[in-house]
Amino acid sequence: MIGVLALQGDFEAHLDALGRAGVAAREVRDAEEVLASTGLVIPGGESTTFRRLMEGTGIEEAIRAVAGRGDPVLGTCAGAILLARDVEGPRAASLGLLPMTVVRNAYGRQLDSAVVRLTDLARGVLGGESLEAVFIRAPRIASVDPSVEILARRDGDPVLVRQGNVTAATFHPELTEDRRVVDVFLSGRAST
Amino acid sequence: MTTTGLRITSPFSSDEFRVKVGLAEMLKGGVIMDVVNADQAKLAEDAGAAAVMALERVPADIRRDGGVARMSPVSKIREIEAAVSIPVMAKCRIGHLAEARVLEALAVDFIDESEVLTPADEENHVYKHDFKVPFVCGCRNLGEALRRIGEGAAMIRTKGEAGTGDIVHAVRHLREVARQMKSLTLLTKDEWMAAAKNLQAPFELVVWVAEHGRLPVPNFAAGGIATPADAALCRMLGAEAVFVGSGIFKSSDPAKRARAIVEATTHFLDPARIAKASEDLGEGMKGIEAAKLAEGDLLQTRGW
Repeated sequence: MIGVLALQGDFEAHLDALGRAGVAAREVRDAEEVLASTGLVIPGGESTTFRRLMEGTGIEEAIRAVAGRGDPVLGTCAGAILLARDVEGPRAASLGLLPMTVVRNAYGRQLDSAVVRLTDLARGVLGGESLEAVFIRAPRIASVDPSVEILARRDGDPVLVRQGNVTAATFHPELTEDRRVVDVFLSGRAST
Repeated sequence: MTTTGLRITSPFSSDEFRVKVGLAEMLKGGVIMDVVNADQAKLAEDAGAAAVMALERVPADIRRDGGVARMSPVSKIREIEAAVSIPVMAKCRIGHLAEARVLEALAVDFIDESEVLTPADEENHVYKHDFKVPFVCGCRNLGEALRRIGEGAAMIRTKGEAGTGDIVHAVRHLREVARQMKSLTLLTKDEWMAAAKNLQAPFELVVWVAEHGRLPVPNFAAGGIATPADAALCRMLGAEAVFVGSGIFKSSDPAKRARAIVEATTHFLDPARIAKASEDLGEGMKGIEAAKLAEGDLLQTRGW
């Protein structure tokens, strides 16, 4: 069963999206439930709130264990921030599961949030059809290690990336009907 | 001669409205804390607030000091925006188009057209679809909620009675909205128009609620939340997130209480965790029993 981290944020939207794709999923709120999952989604929300609620709970170690044993992990928006190795704007601690640098709120405030049709896609993985992407106070992926696959770009910036079993999107695939990002997430396999 | 037929395009299906509701989705499960300056905003962010609400005075002080309650001073909003990385909301007076435009120019992330401030219009609210910034509005019942959504609100919060520290009105409003939504789902299609008439609500939105059994935008709670258990109670009654005003900064240890309320809002179904979070919090806000307030002192009756 896929776990959706339900500390705060749009975890219900993720559960709905997984449900539409026919994938069994449930809310997880502590380390034990995270460890019992066969895959994990870290939703959108506020990364500072997630970090506060994870303090002293063992959830961070549990997420690393899930990723470490090769199960698929997806982070969207705030979830992508938590997966990054380096976080700026302001600098903050994170799980360091993806070798990339993320800058928070780099596209501006809510007035700069937008729905964008992405066309710069890795066609071998996502196909040729444009991908509808909802960006909300989105972070920007400023740089990635060469080992990270870039699956989609917006104006040149990576917005959907994957390394082995860990996938990150700076947008919200859970707020659209398109299930391609769910498929990318579930097909993620440990690279080793 | 041509007949074009009836074609109605709805602002609700626009990308702009989706992005507004999208931000509200991101705040679910969280606590939005009233703050009056950058120091309080920083404290709120460190405690795990999902957003802060900038206002001139917290509701308890508005109640105590009286006078006209207006939008927060511009310099305070700028100071708060510079201090935190989480979303910054700010309140404008009901129907005050110009305050709302000023807040939009300041790039706040959400505007609360709020009954806590002194209303600027005795009949009309802001037409919120014309703004790029999303709005949240208060309600006491389903009709009021759907009127505000009809005007373009991307989030609804039940009003409760702000500045009292008494949860009873928040509970009343949450239960009322839940009961009315449930009743709509039991109706046949023939009964929808009469229901819309009775609720004084837009027909299309009444139909949507009848078919889905919930509001078409996130439904949060506000007004009188003073303890972690108060926050958990609102979540149990269906609120998807909570606004806390005076309850934090009118208590003896705001940082600790703020963290405890964040914890209880997430783990509202886990009484042991709420108990643990509630330990050694110091004095809560003293509060006013809402039942003892004169009708004219109620803030919740503002809004049309």
